[in-house]
Amino acid sequence: MSEQPETYAAAAEVGAVRKRRTAWERFVLLMKSAPPSAWFGMIVVSLYILVAIFADVLAHYGEAEIHPVPFAPWSDEFVFGTDQIGRDVLTRLIYGARNTMGIALATTFLSFLIGGGLGLVAAINRSWLDQALSRFVDVLMAIPSLIFALMLLSIFGSTVTSLIIIIAVLDSTRVFRLTRSVAVNVAVMDYVEAARLRGEGLGWIMRREILPNIMPPLVAEFGLRFCFVFLTIAALSFLGVGIQPPTADWGSMVRANASLIQFAKYDITAAITPLLPAAAIALLTVAVNFIVDWFLQKTSGLRE
Amino acid sequence: MTDPTDHRPEANHDILLKMRDIRIDGYSDEQWHPIIKGVDLTLRRGEIMGLIGESGAGKSTLGKAAMGYTQPGCKLSGGSIMFDGIDLAKASDRQKRQLWGTRIAYVAQSAAASFNPAHRLIDQTVEAATRRGVRPDAESRADAVELFRALQLPDPETIGNRYPHQVSGGQLQRVMTAMAMSPRPDLIIFDEPTTALDVTTQVEVLASMRKIVEEFNTAAIYITHDLAVVAQMADFIQVLRYGEEVEEAPTRQMLTRPEQPYTKSLWSVRALEKPEVKGDDIVLSIDNIDAAYGPLKVLHDVSIKLPRGRTVAVVGESGSGKSTTARVMTGLLPPLSGTVTFNGEVLPAALKDRSKDQLQRIQMIYQMADTAMNPRQTVEDIIGRPLEFYLGLKGKEREERILELLDMIELDETFMDRLPSELSGGQKQRICIARALAARPDVIICDEVTSALDQIVQEGILQLLLRLQKKYNITYLFITHDIATVKAISDEIVVMFEGKVVEQGLKSEILSPPFPDYTKLLLSSVPEMDPDWLTNLLENRDI
Repeated sequence: MSEQPETYAAAAEVGAVRKRRTAWERFVLLMKSAPPSAWFGMIVVSLYILVAIFADVLAHYGEAEIHPVPFAPWSDEFVFGTDQIGRDVLTRLIYGARNTMGIALATTFLSFLIGGGLGLVAAINRSWLDQALSRFVDVLMAIPSLIFALMLLSIFGSTVTSLIIIIAVLDSTRVFRLTRSVAVNVAVMDYVEAARLRGEGLGWIMRREILPNIMPPLVAEFGLRFCFVFLTIAALSFLGVGIQPPTADWGSMVRANASLIQFAKYDITAAITPLLPAAAIALLTVAVNFIVDWFLQKTSGLRE
Repeated sequence: MTDPTDHRPEANHDILLKMRDIRIDGYSDEQWHPIIKGVDLTLRRGEIMGLIGESGAGKSTLGKAAMGYTQPGCKLSGGSIMFDGIDLAKASDRQKRQLWGTRIAYVAQSAAASFNPAHRLIDQTVEAATRRGVRPDAESRADAVELFRALQLPDPETIGNRYPHQVSGGQLQRVMTAMAMSPRPDLIIFDEPTTALDVTTQVEVLASMRKIVEEFNTAAIYITHDLAVVAQMADFIQVLRYGEEVEEAPTRQMLTRPEQPYTKSLWSVRALEKPEVKGDDIVLSIDNIDAAYGPLKVLHDVSIKLPRGRTVAVVGESGSGKSTTARVMTGLLPPLSGTVTFNGEVLPAALKDRSKDQLQRIQMIYQMADTAMNPRQTVEDIIGRPLEFYLGLKGKEREERILELLDMIELDETFMDRLPSELSGGQKQRICIARALAARPDVIICDEVTSALDQIVQEGILQLLLRLQKKYNITYLFITHDIATVKAISDEIVVMFEGKVVEQGLKSEILSPPFPDYTKLLLSSVPEMDPDWLTNLLENRDI
């Protein structure tokens, strides 16, 4: 406030003090304020993403390439040995990052599209449509989701597409609940009423008036949902109905090599082999959760 | 400070509080900003000092500093606070805690938020006195009853046994004063204690506060933005702006002969009054409206006519159906029966059946500018959207029109890319006015648009609305419960009570006797800028 007129003037009223910054300055400040746990999470996630993108370059062998020796021990040729039919474990781990994460990401996006969209419509509409959607979601949520997913997968078959759609639909119930509950609080604000009075359509109110104001909890939920979807896919693969061979996937890798664990007393590295994909899953889940925690803490003021 | 009309007590001229060169910084956005920039304040025993200024002037911060307290995120960066020989600026937390609640008390704006809902009023009233060992508990309780009586609370013997939710807002504010008074402090800080109250309740609370402070010869700092209120309460007035002192003088001198141009501008806005003009060309009317929320019927046979280019003020207390009337006009609440007629044609009852053109002609401005603007949109988006939506303006045309509109509301192009959170309360309301204007409406419905604002800012907004009306011949429906605002802006007045229209007519007719009872009570409760107003009112009304 440089000029201070002697009498009252509207433009000279004291508002909140806030310095203007460029996007880059804000980003640097944000990064500086990140705690070590968030840094750890961000570094791990970036590494995973890099591995997924450059899988073709990083892997020594092809994803489904079969070598003559099954269950080969750790060596220079096969860093983590080979699996039950002689595929290089390291290569499959690298490709697994791409497959598992790609499918999990696609599923999470789809579930947010379905759950978020319907949740917003229900929050704005608040009539029989809200009731119908909410009760239907209650019914879906009443059925244990893993068993439900198993059932649906055995009906529709375990293709990647049906896997994505089924998990996305089942998971969208949670997204629907969250979106509806935060959007209901925003939908009663005067600025939404002002938009309705202006004659704006449903699409504008959803996207421009409400969505920007409920982003922080949704983004945080996205991180958590991603983890759950990821674990669900791994669990389904472990049970044999998830991602089908020869596509590399961490869940099915654990299952395929699980029997190796009983050789721990003869060769400790053999016992570690089935644990490697499990560790990859665990590490990513922990890392994403660290980031989500930090983000939630940063934006908790915005959630009201 | 030797004004003959000054009525501070002759005895007890010793200085209780002496603040010198107070500097307080606030931390925001990774930087320290000065909030108070070297203010002095001297208070003698038994004196009441009024602190006034716009919001953001530093009134509350200075008031709290008088206790040696700074809010989290603020720090005292310089100056001394001598309270009865103790420098609170240097005192340890332990020393300060011993003073707080016993020798210095604080009465906050929102009594409802300051009481613990799980404990009885009397327990909370005597807590400080008992726990600090001022006197035994039984004596404190007996004393509290006397204080309740002195504060004219109903049933002083038993009201203390109630819980905070069982008494009204005005009573709660008085109990809070009793709580502050209980240890017989030397200094009480009142931080906007009546701002949240209805105007009719405010009078009673003011009267009892002044009585009790005088009775015990307690010194007080009274923080408010209401000039008329401070005129009733204070011996001295200090005007603050931008964290600096503008002027300090005894009340009467300050009211009659303000010296600084800023103070003069504060005083002059109080005098705003629009000359009424009768209008016959009815632009919008509602006839025989009955409306209900579910099974609850709120409007009974309401008819209101709005003459073109005039202001019709709708007054009444909360729950009288003022806002519901507005909702019927805009189509948000379709009425059970009755019609809304605009420019001679009957409007569809429900919002979704009205055409874009009909929507464009009637715009609305809300009470809380905070919630009326999307916090994620910039000023440019907020004002620009109606331009795009109704008028189809794009690119350069749109930008030019936004600048014109900003100019109309006395803001400039630096506001274009600001978010609502970067604006002051008055500026926010101005942006809302610009958004309504952007649609080029015939009628603007103003729902309590000034009641959440400081008085000074209020007057600025009212003047702006009047100027715009003159220039563009806009019709206002002005919903308010504040008679001063009504005087300032209206041509015609509608008085509502319990969902019915009590009176309707030109301002001069409604505001002159004979009055129906309700109108009379409403009118007599509005504080005036005369230091004797409260005294005279109490003598006449005998509360």
